[in-house]
Amino acid sequence: MTWRNYRGPVPKLLTGIPGFDLIAYGGLPEGRSTLLSGTSGSAKTVFACQFLAEGIRRGEPGVFVTFEESPDAIRKNMEGFNWDIPAWEKAGQWAFVDVSPHPSQETIISGSYDLNGLLVRIENAARKVGAKRMSLDSLGGVFTQLGDNTTVRNELFRIVSALKELGVTSIITAERTEEYGQVSRYGIEEFVTDNVVILRNGLEQEKRRRTIEILKFRGAPHQKGEYPFTVSPNQGVVVIPLSAIELKQKSTDVRIRSGVPELDRMCGGGFFRDSIILLSGATGTGKTLVTTMFIAGGVEDGERCLLFAFEESRDQLFRNAIGWGVDFEKMEAAGKLKVVCEYPETGSLEDHLIAMKAIVDEFQPQRIAVDSLSALERVATIKSFREFAIGLTSYIKDKNVAGLFTATSSSLLGGSSVTETHISTITDSIILLRYVEMHGEMRRGVTVLKMRGSAHEKNIREFTIDGTGMHIGKPFRNISGILSGHFMHLPPGEIERLREMFKDDGDTTPTAPPALGGPETPEHSR
Amino acid sequence: MSKYLLKLYVTGQTPRSRRAIENLRRICEEELRGQYEMHVIDVLERPQLAEDEKILATPTVVKELPMPIRRIIGDLSDAEKVLLGLDLQPCQPRNDTAFRKEEKR
Repeated sequence: MTWRNYRGPVPKLLTGIPGFDLIAYGGLPEGRSTLLSGTSGSAKTVFACQFLAEGIRRGEPGVFVTFEESPDAIRKNMEGFNWDIPAWEKAGQWAFVDVSPHPSQETIISGSYDLNGLLVRIENAARKVGAKRMSLDSLGGVFTQLGDNTTVRNELFRIVSALKELGVTSIITAERTEEYGQVSRYGIEEFVTDNVVILRNGLEQEKRRRTIEILKFRGAPHQKGEYPFTVSPNQGVVVIPLSAIELKQKSTDVRIRSGVPELDRMCGGGFFRDSIILLSGATGTGKTLVTTMFIAGGVEDGERCLLFAFEESRDQLFRNAIGWGVDFEKMEAAGKLKVVCEYPETGSLEDHLIAMKAIVDEFQPQRIAVDSLSALERVATIKSFREFAIGLTSYIKDKNVAGLFTATSSSLLGGSSVTETHISTITDSIILLRYVEMHGEMRRGVTVLKMRGSAHEKNIREFTIDGTGMHIGKPFRNISGILSGHFMHLPPGEIERLREMFKDDGDTTPTAPPALGGPETPEHSR
Repeated sequence: MSKYLLKLYVTGQTPRSRRAIENLRRICEEELRGQYEMHVIDVLERPQLAEDEKILATPTVVKELPMPIRRIIGDLSDAEKVLLGLDLQPCQPRNDTAFRKEEKR
C-alpha cells in the first residue's frame, strides 16, 4: 500500500516537508492536532515553523503560538531557512500569538482563573489570517509560567479541543527529557491523544543521528519505525524515507559501455543502462582507474557524467586521469563531466545524501560514479551508512541512470568490506578487483561476480595498467583461491585431472581448452 | 490625580469575571480610596488588546502604575495576594509570617 492511493476515513493534509509526507502516507490527519515530541535540540521549532512555511507556499495561512521563544527570536532564527516571516505577516498569511514569558513582570496568582485569554487570542489570530494550519510551540511552556495544576491541565485540554472547532490542522510540540522514555514532559500526550510524532537526536558512537518516528495516527495508516532526517540550511527538515521508497524502477535491457571493451565482454555486452555496479577491491587494485574509464566511456558516447570523489582531490584525480590518457579538464569544459570532491567529514551522511541528490537534480547526468563509497563509512554508524547507501541507490535507480560505486576492502588479499556487506544485495552488478600473488610478484585480477539479468563470464582474468588505461588479458588458470586470498598454484596436470572429474559419464568428446581472451561459455546468474 | 493605574482583563460576563471585578473594586476602595484608576477590558470584545498585553489567563489585573508592572491572575479572592501584587502588603511582622506559611503550603 502506498500513500498515493490512500483514501481513508481520515483525510490527510500534505505538509510539504520533504520526505515526511511519504512516511505519513500523505501528510498529517486533516483538521486534527498532532503532538510533536522531542528532546531539547531535536528540531521541534524548525519543524513547527516549516509546517506553516510550507502551508503558506501552498496558499494555506497559519498561526504560530509561541510559549517559549519570543516572536522576534523566531523571525530571526528562521531567516537562515529563507523563510521570510515578517513578509508573510505583512501579507496577512502568518500571525503570531505571543505567550512567551515576560522576564521582567512578576505574576501573582490569587484565586481561580481560566485560560480564556489565550483561547480568545488564538481564535482571533486564526480568524484574522483565515488559518488552515497552526503550530503551538511548546505547550509545556504554560506549566513553567503557571505551574502544573489541575486548572492548567483542564484548560489546556479545553484549548486543544477548541482547535478542532477552528478547523485547523495543528502541530503541538512538547519537550521530553530522554530519547527513549515517556512521550513528553508534563504528560502532554494526555491532551493530544490522536496523533503522536517523535523527533529524536540520539548520540551514537560520538555521532548525532536525528530520526523521526510516527508513533500513531488514530484511524489512519503511516509508516512505522524511525527514519533519519537532517536539518538542511536551504530546506529545513528533510526526512529520508527509506522503506517508503518503492521498488518501482523501470528496467531496461539497453546496455552501455563500461569504457573497457574487455570488461564489456565479460559482462555479457556492457552494463545495463539503469543498473548499480559495485566495484570492490583493496587499495591500489585499480578502482579509481575503472571509475575513470567508466566516465571516459560515457563521455565518449555523448553522455553526461557525474563523479563524486571522497578520497582524492581534483588535482590528484585529474593528474591520474591524464596518466591513463583521459582528459577530465576538457570534458568538464565541454559540460560533459562534473567532478565533486569533498571530504566525508564535512557533514553527516544525511547531509551528504541531500547535497548529492541536489547535484544530481541540477546536472542531470546519465552516469554517476562514487569513489569511494567506503570513505563515507568512517563518518557514520553502520546503521546510518546502510540507510545512506539504500537512499542513494534508490534515488539513482529512480533516475534511470547508471551508478558505479567503489568499495575498498580492508585486507590486501581476498576479504570483503562493510560497504559490500551492506549494499551488495541492492546492487545489480558486482565486479571484484583482486591482488594475485604469483611467483613472488603481485598481479591484478578482475572478475564479474554478479550481473543481474544477464549472462556473464566467470573467469578471473589478469589485467594490466598502462598509459592508455586498463587492459584485461587471459584468465588465471593454474591458480586457485584468489577470492579468499589463500592462493594455491596448480600444476597443469592437476587442471586436466580436475576437468576430467567434472565430465559427464558417456561424454567422450574431449573438452577443448577454453579459448583464452574471448567470451567464454556464458552462464546465467540470478 | 490617581497614583494607581489598574487594568482588569476578563472574558465575558461570567461569574468569575464578576467576582474579580467586585473583589478588585472592594480592595481598591479599602486600600486606595481616591488614588486609583481601574479599567475593565472584556477580551471577547477587544481581542487585540489581549494580544498586545499578552494575556494568557483571565481574569488578569495588570498594574501599570506605579512601576514595576505587575500581574495578578485569578478572581482575586485571595486578598492578601492582591495586596502583595499591588505592593500594599502590610508590613506587620505577624502578618508577614502568616503569609509565608500560607505560601509554602
